[in-house]
Amino acid sequence: MAHFTPFASLAGGTLIGLAAAALLLVNGRVAGISGIAAGLLGPERGDAAWRAAFLGGLAVGGLLVATLLPGAAHDGLVRSAPAIAAAGFLVGLGARLANGCTSGHGLCGLSRLSPRSLAAVVCFIGTGAATVFAVNHWFGGVL
Amino acid sequence: MKRGLAAFGAGVLFAVGLGLAGMMQPTKVVGFLDFSGAWDASLAFVMAGGIGVLALAQLAKRRLARPLFADRFPVLARHGIDGRLVLGASIFGVGWGLGGFCPGPAIASCGAGLGAALLFVPAMLGGMAAVRLLDARRHAAAEEETGAASPTPQVG
Repeated sequence: MAHFTPFASLAGGTLIGLAAAALLLVNGRVAGISGIAAGLLGPERGDAAWRAAFLGGLAVGGLLVATLLPGAAHDGLVRSAPAIAAAGFLVGLGARLANGCTSGHGLCGLSRLSPRSLAAVVCFIGTGAATVFAVNHWFGGVL
Repeated sequence: MKRGLAAFGAGVLFAVGLGLAGMMQPTKVVGFLDFSGAWDASLAFVMAGGIGVLALAQLAKRRLARPLFADRFPVLARHGIDGRLVLGASIFGVGWGLGGFCPGPAIASCGAGLGAALLFVPAMLGGMAAVRLLDARRHAAAEEETGAASPTPQVG
């Protein structure tokens, strides 16, 4: 089980907030990752470049994390390939139906006190917890 | 060009924050959702940090006429809590709990070369494409019926 890291997590959350705030105040865009990615699937004219730039930065930043912070990008979850693929599909499907994910609803939406976002956060933490309970207690933590 | 650079920089910073926060460790995400086991409350601190900064940004936004590099701030469609939102967020949670990834950390973890993320992200794009297809069909059907289509709001 991972260890409790309140200070690193608070610092990381602050950086995430700064990045989302910069995107809002500089480019006038909401940092909803699922919305930014989905917009690339059928971009309107002149709308693709900043999305690709942001997602490219996200991937480059991920590489930086793996290089500079050993252990910070760590894949220790016991899941089969079909389970990972199913998880990805559900996350993409759900995020588009709900018009947002953990960043768009959980951070941006809650910061402007949106009731819709609060409802979304309650729903995804609820079903997420139920899923983890089911995997851990009915499948022995392996799926 | 300057907008692209700003977006790239924001992306890099976002990913570094995710890494520091522990979001690129699916075991940690699952630990946060494991209320009946050894609960790891760290992700609540990620949210607190992010929401704190963004709340200040919302206040700054009110004082600014427009964004630095753009003509106007995003206008978000105001509509209530509907079945689509509840269903979508609930489906999202199942995938999140199952894989331990949400979209941001999954894409950043692709850059880090995590095998699970390299499988998760294409599947995620497939799920997004499925909704796009579904919506396009419903729009076409609605247009045939009423002669007008309602635009889908984009939030994030």
